Order: sequence, then structure tokens, then C-alpha cells
Amino acid sequence: MNGHPSLAEFATGFGLKQSAARPPLGSYIRQLWQRRHFIWAFASAKNIAMYTESRLGQVWQVLTPLLNAAVYYLIFGLLLNTSRGLPHNTFIPFLVTGVFLFTFTQRSVNSGAKSVGDNLSLIRALHFPRATLPLAYTIIELQQLLVSMVVLFLIVLGFGEPLTLNWLLLVPVLLMQLLFNVGISLALARIGAFNRDIQQLLPFLLRTWLYFSGIIYSLSGLMKSSKIHHHPWIGHILEANPAYVYVELSRLSLLGSYRTYVHQKLNEPTMHLWWYGVAWAVVMFLVGFWFFFRAEERYGRG
Amino acid sequence: MADAVKEKRKVSEELFDSAPPVTIDGTREPIVVVDDLHIIYRVYGAGGKGNAASAFSRVLRREHRPTMKEVHAIRGLSFVAYKGDAIGVIGTNGSGKSTLLKAIAGLLPPESGGVYTAGQPSLLGVNAALMNDLTGERNIVLGCLAMGMSPDEVKAKYDEIVKFAGLKEGFIQLPMRAYSSGMGSRLRFAIAASKSHDVLLIDEALATGDAKFRRKSAKKIDELREEAGAVFLVAHQLDSIKEMCNRVLWIDEGTLVMDGDTDTVVDAYSEATAK
Repeated sequence: MNGHPSLAEFATGFGLKQSAARPPLGSYIRQLWQRRHFIWAFASAKNIAMYTESRLGQVWQVLTPLLNAAVYYLIFGLLLNTSRGLPHNTFIPFLVTGVFLFTFTQRSVNSGAKSVGDNLSLIRALHFPRATLPLAYTIIELQQLLVSMVVLFLIVLGFGEPLTLNWLLLVPVLLMQLLFNVGISLALARIGAFNRDIQQLLPFLLRTWLYFSGIIYSLSGLMKSSKIHHHPWIGHILEANPAYVYVELSRLSLLGSYRTYVHQKLNEPTMHLWWYGVAWAVVMFLVGFWFFFRAEERYGRG
Repeated sequence: MADAVKEKRKVSEELFDSAPPVTIDGTREPIVVVDDLHIIYRVYGAGGKGNAASAFSRVLRREHRPTMKEVHAIRGLSFVAYKGDAIGVIGTNGSGKSTLLKAIAGLLPPESGGVYTAGQPSLLGVNAALMNDLTGERNIVLGCLAMGMSPDEVKAKYDEIVKFAGLKEGFIQLPMRAYSSGMGSRLRFAIAASKSHDVLLIDEALATGDAKFRRKSAKKIDELREEAGAVFLVAHQLDSIKEMCNRVLWIDEGTLVMDGDTDTVVDAYSEATAK
């Protein structure tokens, strides 16, 4: 073009590389690994900055999930009584565990969708693998979860649940959920970067997801008691829902009385939930990462 | 959509014909090659009636968002920069200087054409990574990590950064929103300048602060330039361009008006803008 078609060839002849090109996957992952300290520092910094204006400061990290659980207890525990056969002393820890763990996924999805759009100035100023951003936002949520976990343990112990070795199973459950959250937040980061409308839609999708995931009621109880127990396939579909899988697995690990109730009173197997959990974590992570990576060079154009 | 881009390219190519052709100097090693570069920004939220009814009828008629405007910031720029070049970029406000730097840094994807570089060009500026609610201490660590340093490198550079920024006693432990604008920009510059780069891109308005700090930062930029393979400097003060650059690109409306040695281009530019 314009009498100098050889400029690009001239450049590549000297071994120059396209500056806005997407690096190969291997070196992309290596770059991302090099940024791990930045990811952690960025997440901690955001967490600190989030509450500097409020008087209670970091206390809100604990208060927010607590208030959420209180609201759900008021409505679904007292007014609508969705406990469906769960003993009362089990229902509150059951509800609080559900709300806290679902919040982790919910907030990862929400902040993942915003992670690219909210940091355009950063993207336009510095060179770094863009997957850093959704990753850092998931780490923010992880840090918040770890704080609310302490509260959760206190509530659970306060309701007379015994501290057993089963609690250790929570670690692999949270790791699977973290992997799943990273994947889904990477996927939504790409969607949200090119289509801002998703942020208006997400609250509705997430609320629907909440109501389908057996967070505020017992899914097994629902399947046993209502009309849909004639259609067991509905139960099978609802059971494969990742949010339900991770929440249910953490309840089974944490709450001894709930475990007894499910295994002995309802006589239900729960081993398959572990397989669902692993599958969702691995598939979502790989798909999300690949999906995000494919548009790497286009983030920041706006 | 694609037609629109083609249309724009045709226009810009006509403009481009009047621009000087690119000559390749075979004896020197190129470090940045910009080949017929086009950059188009998409800006959302401009214009439109802004009520739900008009937006809905627009969706029904399958029209594009009127609130999305395209800004064709760079229109077919080509040049070659060689190792050891210090290139000044001049032009009026909105002529595309900063966009060009961002494109060279690989931060704005080109619509067509390409930027080829040896090594990683980086903009001197970490402002975006810093957070006003955090202390100066934490911002130094965060900024350095954002530029890709390892925690050990950060530790090694930390004292140097604090010393260079020359903040008053105790301010380093205060959140950055408590800093005066001069103090803030000094700290930002100190962080940004703590890393050496393959190709260094310096946007204007960096040399802020009092006279003493300006001298200090000019010296620092000189140091960085010696370490880097090439330097691009955007500035409005023609003095600093004359002082530091051996070559100048004059850009107007996203196209190259003139490319040559500093005195020739700066003189021509001064003459054109004096009218």
C-alpha cells in the first residue's frame, strides 16, 4: 500500500513482533504466573480501599453477609417456613452456610463482569495479561469469604454442631468452588467487556439462580414433599446445578445434624455430588480461561 | 460497519498521499516499525435522545446505537524508528499523539495496519494502577508490581523511590488522597521511573512539580533514555523536545505531516502554528 508494501516484511525480517498481538498460550500462562503477587496485592488493596469511607470499616465484611442471612431467615424461616422438615436448630446453620457460599459465587460473577470495563484506564496504561483482572476480582471475593467463614464457624458451633474431622472436607469444596468461580468470572469478564448490557441483566439471572439452588430451602425436602416428586428428572437436573453442588457439599461437611438427616432420614446418597463438583470446576475453569484468552488483544478498545 | 471503515481508510489514504513517504535506512537496526496504522476508538454514551421509547424503537428497527461514536484517531501512519533514536512527537491538541504512544505500547489494538517492536515498549505512567485511598507505601508496592517487578525487586527499589519522590516526613504513611497534587505527581513519577524499559514512551505533563523536581526528573529521563533502546516523547514545550530528541514526528489529524531532524521539523511546526 502507498508504495511501501514491504514495511511489515521489513519489520518481521528484523525479528520485530506485533506489539498488540496475543502471545501464545504457554507464555501467556507464564506471564500470568509472574503477576501472581500483583494479583494478590491488587485484591488486598481493593479490599482495604472498599471500606475506607465508612465508619465501621472492615466490619462490613462480616456485617453484610450476616444481615443477608438475617433477612432470609426472617422471610423464609419465619414467615414462609420453608424449612420443610428440617429440624429448627439445623435450619439456621443450613441457611447461613447456603447464603454465605452462594454469595461467593454470586459476587464473583458480578465483579467478573465488571472487571474489564471498570479498569479500562489500567488496561490502557500498562501491559499485563488481562486475565489478571478477573482473577484479582475473584481473589477479592475469596478474601471476603474467608472473613465470613470465621463468622459462619461461630454460628455453626453456636447452634450446637460438633467440630469434627469432616470440617476438613470444606477445604476441597472451597477449592473446587474457587476454580469454578474463576472460570465463570473469566467468561463473564469477556462478555461484560464487549456488551455492557449484561450488567443490567445479571441481577435477575443471579436471583433466579439463587432460588433454583436450594439455598433457602432444602431441595431434597422439596422433591419429597411437593407435586414434582412424580417427575424425578427435575430433581436430577436441579441437583447438577453447580451452585447447589458446592453449597450442599459444604453443608454436608460442616453440619453433622444435616448429614445425619440426609443420609439416615432421607436415605439419599451424596457421593455423586463430589463428581459433579470436580467436573464443574475443571470444565468451567478451562472453558472460561480459553474463552477469555481468545479475545486478549481486543480488551481496552472500548 | 466494514464499509464505513473502508470509506474512512480511503479518505485517510488520500490524506496520506501528501505525507512524506517512508524511507528505510538499511544501515541501522529498526526497533519500532509502524505500518499504515489505523486506530479507531469507540465511545459510548455520546448523544442520542436518551429516553426508553426512542431506545426501544431503535432496537426494533435494528439500528446501531446512536450513542456509540467512532473516533478515527490515527489515520494511516507509517514510520520506522531505529535503535538509539529519541523521537519527539508534536502536534496540536487532539492530533493523536497520545493515541500513537498507546498504540506503540500495544495498549490500543489497531483497526488495521500494525505496530512491530523489538522488546516490550512501555508507557511511563502507572497512575492508573494506584489507589487514592491507600497509603504511599502500599501504592509504591502496588505500582511496582503492576509494572511487572517481582517482590524482591520492589524491596530493592523501595528506598530509592521514596528518596526520589522527596515527600515530607511521615507522608508516606498517609493515604494518597491527603497529598497535594504536586506531591502526588512526584510520587507517581518516582514509581514510574523506577523501572528500565526496552522502548520508553513518555507522555507530556510528566515534568510537573517545582523547578527543583523538574530538573531532577529531566535527569532521570536522561538516565532512562540511555538504558532504553529508543525513546518517544510527547510534549508541548518545544524546548524539552529540542533538548532531548534527535528526530521529530509532526502529527496532525492522525496523519504524519513531517518526519525529520529536530530543528527542521520544529521550525516548520512553529511557523505553521504561529499563523
